[in-house]
Amino acid sequence: MLSLSVNGKKYQVDVPVDTPLLWVIRDTIGLTGTKYGCGKALCGACTVHVDGLAVRSCVTPVSAVVGKEVVTIEGLSHNLEHPVQQAWIAEEVPQCGYCQPGQIMMATALLAANPKPSDADIDQAMSGNLCRCGTYQRIRKAIHRAANTMASGGR
Amino acid sequence: MHANKFRFHIGKLLCTGAALVLVGLTGSAMLEVDRGGRSTWSGCSDAFAASGPEKAASAAAFAKASRVLLHPRCMNCHPAGNRPLVGDKSQPHPMHVERGPSGMGKNGLFCQACHQEKNLTGKDLPPGAPEWQLPPADTPMVFEKKPPRQLCEQLKDPAQNGSRSPAQVVDHVRDAPLVLWGWHPGEGRTPVSMPHDEFVSLMSEWAQKGAACP
Repeated sequence: MLSLSVNGKKYQVDVPVDTPLLWVIRDTIGLTGTKYGCGKALCGACTVHVDGLAVRSCVTPVSAVVGKEVVTIEGLSHNLEHPVQQAWIAEEVPQCGYCQPGQIMMATALLAANPKPSDADIDQAMSGNLCRCGTYQRIRKAIHRAANTMASGGR
Repeated sequence: MHANKFRFHIGKLLCTGAALVLVGLTGSAMLEVDRGGRSTWSGCSDAFAASGPEKAASAAAFAKASRVLLHPRCMNCHPAGNRPLVGDKSQPHPMHVERGPSGMGKNGLFCQACHQEKNLTGKDLPPGAPEWQLPPADTPMVFEKKPPRQLCEQLKDPAQNGSRSPAQVVDHVRDAPLVLWGWHPGEGRTPVSMPHDEFVSLMSEWAQKGAACP
């Protein structure tokens, strides 16, 4: 039995220790906001935060997050009030929406590491998050918007 | 290759005591002056340790060992640029991964986002080992496209190698998990061809016989 902390709540999960975190989050705990895209850390759809850092949950064994804080898209805020989520809404970023939880989690991690990213920084950090609908221009705009909001005192 | 230089073996004279004033309690020193007039001092152990044949053996051992450093499993994480390389053809890492100041990535896209503490089972999955990273930006320890002499000079320079002595460089190549990964790289990756114990033996010989460069 493994003890996990996900979005501030404690869970006891009875799964093999090498089970990818993605499946524990989705199937065992029931949080389905995090998506499966490739299973090989190639697309970024599965991105969550572990101790504040972005990780690809499809290749992270659940044993690696015991004792750490996992945050999924559901846990980013209580009511979509996170500046990145607000920017995503304001810029109408999603098309089909499938990749967007991963995009938002990666964008949040980018802004934590670099509060004022340039376009080149955004290219560099976000290149591992694929969008088949091609919303990249709106993603970039939303990241700049969120950066400005956070710089002027928004959370 | 041998540098075209001439030496003054002041070391042995200084060891008799007069040099204590000059070099403190550590003993004698050796002055090397090359044809350009540049001079360098080195410690007592160098003056008395490796002889000509030993230094030649040291350099030869490094020349053989350097083939390991240029193998993709090692060179891919010791690139010339700021992007790690991947695969047996040493191509730029996808997803625009970059070194960053610490060698662990940048802009929130850090190595440990994908790379675990061990290899995953299956093909085309990210390889893993403890402390998966590149050398930091201020000491990049570049192997790519370097000839053996430059590899050697870089590896024995404490300013470039993380403040290591030659013996500590040997400790690193013998024990560091990320180095050892090169011999167990996971499915779809060619391991380093020279056996690890042979590589360590060559590096040990290099260090023990004066850390001479080819």
